[in-house]
Formats: sequence, C-alpha cells, structure tokens
Amino acid sequence: MNGTTALRIESVTKSFDQRSTHIPVLDPISFDLQAGTWTTLLGPSGCGKTTLLKIIAGLERPDSGRVIVDGSATSQLGSTAYLPQHDTLLPWRTALGNAILASEIDGKSINEAKTEAIALFDHFGLSGFESVYPSQLSGGMRQRLALIRTFLTQRSILLLDEPLGALDPLTRATLQKWLLGVWEELKKTVLLVTHDAEEALLLSDRILVLTERPARLQLDQAVDLKRPRDRGSRALVDQKSQLLNLLLKEGSLA
Amino acid sequence: MKDRWVRILAPLLLLSLLLGTWEILVHWFDVKPFILPAPSQILVAFGENFAMLSWHGAVTFSEILLGLLLGGLGGFLLAIVVFYSPLLDKALYPLIIGSQMIPVFAIAPILIVWMGYGLWPKVTVAALISFFPLVVTVSDGLREPSEEAVDLFRSLGATRRQIFWKLRLPASMPTVFSGLKVSATLAVVGATIGEWVGSHQGLGYLMLQSNARLRMNLVFAAIMMLAILGLLLFGALRIIERRVVHWRATKVDVREV
Repeated sequence: MNGTTALRIESVTKSFDQRSTHIPVLDPISFDLQAGTWTTLLGPSGCGKTTLLKIIAGLERPDSGRVIVDGSATSQLGSTAYLPQHDTLLPWRTALGNAILASEIDGKSINEAKTEAIALFDHFGLSGFESVYPSQLSGGMRQRLALIRTFLTQRSILLLDEPLGALDPLTRATLQKWLLGVWEELKKTVLLVTHDAEEALLLSDRILVLTERPARLQLDQAVDLKRPRDRGSRALVDQKSQLLNLLLKEGSLA
Repeated sequence: MKDRWVRILAPLLLLSLLLGTWEILVHWFDVKPFILPAPSQILVAFGENFAMLSWHGAVTFSEILLGLLLGGLGGFLLAIVVFYSPLLDKALYPLIIGSQMIPVFAIAPILIVWMGYGLWPKVTVAALISFFPLVVTVSDGLREPSEEAVDLFRSLGATRRQIFWKLRLPASMPTVFSGLKVSATLAVVGATIGEWVGSHQGLGYLMLQSNARLRMNLVFAAIMMLAILGLLLFGALRIIERRVVHWRATKVDVREV
C-alpha cells in the first residue's frame, strides 16, 4: 500500500422526498480509500449503503458534499466499476460476450479483452463456459461471471454491492476465496457493501460500520488479521461478535 | 421429438375431425353448394382455380407484407421517439390510443378516394391496423431492462446510444416479436378490408365477386388461400423470432397443469 488516495468522500449527504415526507438517507459521511486496499461498508439493511455506492459511481447526485475519484471531482460516471446487487447479465450474450461489455463500451479492442477474459475465466473456474449463455449457468457461476465482468472493466476502483448475498454458504465461501485471490493479483481498490460481519472480516483491510438510516459512520476499524484468514480463528470470531453486537444494538433501538 | 409430432398431429387431427363433420352434415341435410359447399367441393374448387387463386393471392400477399413492413416500421419508430421524448409521449399517446377507436372500415373508403384503386390504399389500411401492437410492445420492450442493468451501463460511462443498441433494443426483442405476430394477423385483415372496399384484384376482390355470383365454393377457396398465406407469414415470423430471440429457446416451457 503506497498510501495514495484513490477515492475521497467529502461530507456527502442525501435525502429522498417521498410524497410529503422527507427521508434523510445519508448524514454527512466522509472517508478516504487508499489505493489498492479492500474496504467494506457494513451496516443494517436499508441503511443507505447502496445509495452511497450509487453516489460514488456517479449514478445519483449527493445533496451536498462531493466525491473525488483519483483526484478529480468531475462526473464519476465511467470511472468506477460498479456491480449491482443482482448480476444483471445480458441473457442474449454468451458468457464471454458479457465479460467484455466494458471494453466494448469503451471502444477498446475486443480481441484483447477476450484474451484477458479467458485468463480470468480460468482463474474463476469458468473455463470451458465461454460460449454458454447465462441462463445455462448456476447462481454461483453467474455471480462469478459478473465478477469477471467487473474486474475486466479496467477501472481501478471496484464498487461491489453484496455480490455474494444471494448464494448458498458453500458457494459463498468458495467465491470469497477466489475473489481475494484475484484482488491480490490485480491490486484494485475495492469498496464492498455487505451486511455479513464475517465476510467483512474475512476479506477487508478496513471495515466501516454505518448506523441505521440516516447513515453515519459509526466505526472505522482496520482489520489487522493476517491473510489467509480462518473463519474459525479465535481473533476473527471475537471481532465478529463485537461487530454483531454493534449492529444489533443499532438495529433493535431503531 | 415426441413433442414435435404432437404439435403437428394434434391440430391436423382436430381439423380433419371438424372438416369431416362439416362434410357429413352438408351431405346429410343436402345443403345447396351456393349456400354452404362441402369441404371436398372447396378443395376441388381450390385445385381447379389454383392458378387464379395464386395470382390474386400474390397481390394480396404483397399488400399484407408492405402494410406490415410500413406499419411495423412506423410503430417501431414512433415508440422509440415517444420513449425518448417525454413531451411527445404526453402529446402523442392519447392521440395514438384514440386513433384505435376509429374503425378501419370507416377510413378505407376515404383512402380509396384519395389514392385510387391501386395497391396503396390496401397497404395503407394494412399499415394503419398493424402499427398499433408494435407501438405498445416496443415501448414496453424498451422499458424491459431493470434499473440496475441501466445503472450498470451508466456507471461504465455508456452513452444513451450505447444503452439503446446494447441493452434496450436486444432486451425488447421478445416483446416486440409478440407484437409483430399480432400485427401480422391484423395486416391480413387490413389488406382484405382494403380490397373489399374497392379493388379489381386480390383475394378480397375475388371473394366479393364470387359471393355476388353465388359461387360459394370459390369464396371458400379464396378464404382457404388467405388462411394459408396468413399461416406462412406467421410461420416465417416464428422462424425469424427463434433466430433473433435465440436465448429464449433454451428456456423450458413450464406450465401449471
């Protein structure tokens, strides 16, 4: 970690107006992400994590405050790799065609993108499935494909919105391992949204805990466990119960 | 494989059952051929007049095809314009819906006055009647992609044009083909109406002429030709649909029994 700031969130706020009610979603939130690190946003469901991610991706405008990606505050559209909650694979494209979507939008060389994609297919255990359509893939395979697509965007910041949320525990554990392996190799800056404390501890360098709506930063904690981490290790289990207590206290009081 | 045979044999069996009953009843009650000919008599008339039926059929078929093409294209473009311009959407949509309340039968004679007895009034009627299903299905189809999918494209910096060509248009295809198939059957009706109102050729013309001369077997033979042409068009559309919407072919057809 060389300490360069890849992403800076400066007192971002957001609220929605629904009919006559005014719903504040994000209280001023500020944090920096260091390049090449893995940060996880942890918070109760419905607290505004997705909204924050969308603001960072440039899909929504904050009411106040700003987002600075790689030093520039102009529109972030096109500067991050955003993976929505559902895989959003295009059913009319083959797995390979889905993987290279970003290169196509950027107008880059398709052949180059394909070569790169095939390497990642191998890494994610999908080799041989390049010309298969998404409807023929299992849930875990679809999610892996969506992750390949995200990694192939050539953007340095990845915004992942609960990418493993809908998977069974076994698939999920396998994918966490894969994800970590690819990340260590490609040195991307990752911001992951999840409500799973264990997942946060297994994967991240740093955990940001948000409060219930309107979301504020409640805890900013570095995870100093050595990788590879073991979900059964004493230290991880302890930290997990601490995090859960924090989240539970927050949830039950609301 | 077994499924395929059922699909072919079941309608054939039902059809022969219906025709058989018809045949028997006509003979049983000794119905005059100029009131209702038996299927066998229609078949004979169809065979004897095949050349003439084909010639009139070709005229009608070209009206149907041109009408479907123009109406389909018009509906398609209109839906896209309305989709991208909220103002035009508000201005045009009520008018488009209102236009569907006007029966084509009422417009056809006017078109004859304006355009004469040739091909174009029939094409116009066919186009007018077949454009509406496409307006509806295309504008629904373009809304098919989820907000998340659009977000994904936008986050990658995709332009509106890219979102249209790479996301909305392909996503709309299944819905659009449903509309196209409805439009195709309507175009057949439209072309026939156009011919009834005023023409000197085509299957509609042939029906009207034969009807006036009480040559009922020829009327039915013309109807038969029209049905065959309609089925051909429908079948061709299904083949194209399977090519275009190829990703749907892998989906298993699940129905509650």
